[in-house]
Amino acid sequence: MTDALRSVFLRDVLQAWRRRADWLTTFFFFIIVVSLFPLGVGPEPSILRVIAPGILWVAALLASMLALPRVFASDYADGTLEQLTLAPQPLSLLVLSKILAHWLLTGLPLVVMGPVLGLQFGMPPDMLPVLFYSLLLGTPCLSLIGAIGAGLTLGVRGSGVVALLVLPLYIPVLIFGAGAVEAVGVGTAPGGHLSLLGAVLMISLVVSPLASAAAVRVALE
Amino acid sequence: MLEARELACMKGPRWLLRDVAFCVDPGEVLWIEGRNGSGKTTLLRMLCGLTPPDEGVIRWDGQPIRDAGETYRRELLYLGHANALKDDLTIEENLRFAMQLAGRATLSDEFDAVLAQCGLADRRELPVRVLSQGQRRRVALSRLWFADAPKLWILDEPFAALDAESVQRLSDRLGRHLEAGGLAVLTTHQEVPLPAGRVRRLRLDA
Repeated sequence: MTDALRSVFLRDVLQAWRRRADWLTTFFFFIIVVSLFPLGVGPEPSILRVIAPGILWVAALLASMLALPRVFASDYADGTLEQLTLAPQPLSLLVLSKILAHWLLTGLPLVVMGPVLGLQFGMPPDMLPVLFYSLLLGTPCLSLIGAIGAGLTLGVRGSGVVALLVLPLYIPVLIFGAGAVEAVGVGTAPGGHLSLLGAVLMISLVVSPLASAAAVRVALE
Repeated sequence: MLEARELACMKGPRWLLRDVAFCVDPGEVLWIEGRNGSGKTTLLRMLCGLTPPDEGVIRWDGQPIRDAGETYRRELLYLGHANALKDDLTIEENLRFAMQLAGRATLSDEFDAVLAQCGLADRRELPVRVLSQGQRRRVALSRLWFADAPKLWILDEPFAALDAESVQRLSDRLGRHLEAGGLAVLTTHQEVPLPAGRVRRLRLDA
């Protein structure tokens, strides 16, 4: 069984590697959105420092949402999703492999890039590790929760629907993620926020593969 | 043995299929005929378990396929309209993935043999993107040539887009599968040389 899970994961990564432009879009979207704020609100360092955690988190949220349709759309179009459903392995685990591959390609680059962009906003050094950890815990939640929306909107016309469905569900991740970084800014411990983010991750790790698999099955009927 | 009883499926307000019943024994192929839109693909998807029937029951070796779950899926090979191939991966990568998903480790000399039999040996490193429709179909069908293929084949229009030589090759392979005690359910509009004496026909629009 692990063979099949690994091969789903590796195939998605390999395919993404052959189509690098698709995945780099997410990454550059993140960088550009973050860079637009100093142009919009002005270059005043004290303001930027205050709003930086929020900006970085909202941008990460939008960027990972941009990539969501790609979780299942091409597999749905070319019949691969039918084959996954009919494979002997539980569909929920195969879907989990796909979500992990998706996170590796869209989420992880944001985790690495986040602190670098934070530095640009003049975030103090003690905030940067917290930003890193909050993104490390938070972006997998975004991929996991987003996959449910991606599954539910398979075959639905109009690509904006997934955003309307998923963004409200992203709110807790945004609050705890940005909250952890802001906590450092006001001199309190970020542990509480990070623990809650970890709890969201654990819950979505259990719920999302099952819910996404169910959504995919309904879409294939 | 694959058995269906009183199958029915609604599409919108009307019945697409009603009172469909058949039974396929080992060594037999069920040929589903019918005009476009008569529900052939829907029936095949119901047999796979992709679409639940609105009424009726499908049994595999006496057990409803709903309950058989993993056991049934292990014995099943489904090939739909879509070839389930990734444009950016090579023929070999695509096939390797399909076999790993089916839980079969494949050796590279088996790969060589299968690709040679399907006339794809010189193209194994090519991405599927550059292949023609017929070649893509041949790549998807080459899963049937691997050793210890599943027992039940459900094939949707397997002969579409194939040249005469490939049609003959596929029907030979089908013949060997049936001789070995396998079962097959397929749809096709062409008159194809199916193994004599082993064919059951089901007309959906009769």
